Amino acid sequence: MSASLTLVIVMAVMYAAGVYVMLERSLTRVLIGFLLVGNATNLLIFIMSGRPGSAPIVTGSSVEDMVDPIPQVLMLTAIVINFGISALLLALIYRSWWLAQLGDEGDTLTDEHATESGDDADATFRSSSDDDDAVAESIDEFERGDGATSDEDTVSTKTHTAGGAAASGSNPGDAR
Amino acid sequence: MTTLIPLIVCLPLLGAAVALMLGRRRRLQVLVSVLSLTAATVMSAVLLVLVDRSGPAVVQVGGWEAPWGIVLVVDRLSAIMLLISALMLLGVLLFAVGQGIIDGDTETPVSIFHPTYLVLAAGLFNAFVAGDLFSMYVGFEMLLSASYVLLTLGGTGARIRVGITYIVVSLVSSMLFLSAIALIYGATGTVTLALIAERMPNLPADIQLILGLLLLIAFGVKAAVFPMSFWLPDSYPTAPAPVTAVFAGLLTKVGVYAILRTQTLFFPDNQFSLPLMIVAALTLLVGILGALAQADIKRLLSFTLVSHIGYMLFGIAIGTPLAIAATIFYVVHHIVVQTTLFLTTGLIDRVGGTTSLSRLGGLLRSSPLVAILFFLGALNLGGIPPFSGFLGKIALFQAGTIVGDPIIYLLIGVGALTSLLTLYALARAWNMAFWRPKQQVTDYTSSMSASLVEDPHDEGIVVKKTISPLMIGATTSMLVLTLALTVFAGPIFDFTTRAAANIRSPSTYIDAVFPNGTGSIAESNVGTNFEGGAK
Repeated sequence: MSASLTLVIVMAVMYAAGVYVMLERSLTRVLIGFLLVGNATNLLIFIMSGRPGSAPIVTGSSVEDMVDPIPQVLMLTAIVINFGISALLLALIYRSWWLAQLGDEGDTLTDEHATESGDDADATFRSSSDDDDAVAESIDEFERGDGATSDEDTVSTKTHTAGGAAASGSNPGDAR
Repeated sequence: MTTLIPLIVCLPLLGAAVALMLGRRRRLQVLVSVLSLTAATVMSAVLLVLVDRSGPAVVQVGGWEAPWGIVLVVDRLSAIMLLISALMLLGVLLFAVGQGIIDGDTETPVSIFHPTYLVLAAGLFNAFVAGDLFSMYVGFEMLLSASYVLLTLGGTGARIRVGITYIVVSLVSSMLFLSAIALIYGATGTVTLALIAERMPNLPADIQLILGLLLLIAFGVKAAVFPMSFWLPDSYPTAPAPVTAVFAGLLTKVGVYAILRTQTLFFPDNQFSLPLMIVAALTLLVGILGALAQADIKRLLSFTLVSHIGYMLFGIAIGTPLAIAATIFYVVHHIVVQTTLFLTTGLIDRVGGTTSLSRLGGLLRSSPLVAILFFLGALNLGGIPPFSGFLGKIALFQAGTIVGDPIIYLLIGVGALTSLLTLYALARAWNMAFWRPKQQVTDYTSSMSASLVEDPHDEGIVVKKTISPLMIGATTSMLVLTLALTVFAGPIFDFTTRAAANIRSPSTYIDAVFPNGTGSIAESNVGTNFEGGAK
């Protein structure tokens, strides 16, 4: 069996780095370590296919020149599996970070959508798609070169903020 | 009838897809999952009868012949594992449905629980019928991915914490398994079990040693073999009761199945006998000593689970046909009895409000049915005659005395001690939770409970909940199954003896996969690495 020395070295380095990073406390590093080890294993499978050769397509080259296709199939499957599990792990890490931020409250925080019925959810989706439509509309208008409208919008926002500031500014006065 | 084999994997997967689509319609979803697991149970029973009558059944998936395509093989060992795991999955599912009806699905939300549970079932079945190492790996990954989701259901702090440990440990073992597959492919040029079995003995002894040890370590983590067992007692007890029950009953046994399959098929000379015996003795002892110190019933049972894996390894290590037959019998017994006990603990948790021994009491009076369930299950696990636990252990010890090495006698001693200590731990649990009156719970001192250590994450909350007839019914029928294993131990042991005879002569397996012999394969194999590896 012949194998590329470069690939073997790369695999070894990835294994070493992966295991080292996996032993860290931080979960994100554990994930990175898993990715490194996983890809090192994929490389190992690839190395096991032996000497390089032409693509293993039946009509094209003779059997002697072909590279062994089975390790490539195994690798593809392993990559897909690793991908799925990394996604799950990322979600768990995010959740764990979230719980760490909230402390003990994380568990007891109620689901704000718990009391919603299916119609409520549909209504939320409908209103968000209405928002999307409105945004798309205003973008269209802007692209049509209707600069005046957008200026007007900015002005009205400014006055609104000014009004808000004035209102909040008057509050301490009331208190006094 | 061989179409049943792929169907038994595909049907739960299809059920999972349908159940996922029916996310909002709870009753339909429950119906779908119960139906697909019932169908799987019936199919595996039919397969068991067929395989027992006419030898191993083989399916070449997609019509591709064995070393190139994927083969699915069901021999007697696979068949009995399929049947018993399908029965367990169905029973636990009914328990979970019963719990969901009462709790309004807070612990096991229908929309996620049912599809994931069915994927777990499909993965289990796939691992049992796989005829090549790589589809076994895929089966493992399916069931593990499902178990990651089931373990972290609800995403509470405790579950996320142990879930991440569990996932990382499982991932490492999966990577070891995958590396082992790559190396075996490099050495033998195939991943088909039957062909590896034929080529492995031609390899140099040192290469066989490395490959064998790599497989043992990879499966040893899954089977929770000492010293790779520390993840188990921390992670299993935090999950919802039905999930813990199914994990404890089945997930470690897949590891044991894989060890049994690969050791007997690849290494028929039993080269790993001595290391396996040492590891088995340590697993037995360390596991049960851990169990003695636990005040929480769930953790106590998790430690006995680890400990009893040692018996199975012991049987594999002896390696005679009688020992293998006893191992298969013990695996079947242990799957059923552990699942029953964990479900009963789920019931205790609800009627007593906690699973900590120091706060439980008077349950015999308040719920006698749960007490009977726990009592019979505990006697069975502890190996009291005439229960199946006793029969399995006696068969193992008998197989050991026939071989009669000094180290085997030592192991028999350790096994008997473990059995007694299991009984001690469970009897103490019985005494404290069921026997002592409720008013003695506070200010209770006893030399028996002096060494008890509470669950480190236990917050001391007592929340009682009602139990539904369906939960009682599911647990009771499991208990009836363990009693049936005792009553029909004769026929079942005859069956496992025939299964062991199959396993001990790997040529049966090889001939079933390659009816025309393997002679023509080596020359036409595209991968040129076989010659290099063999030299």
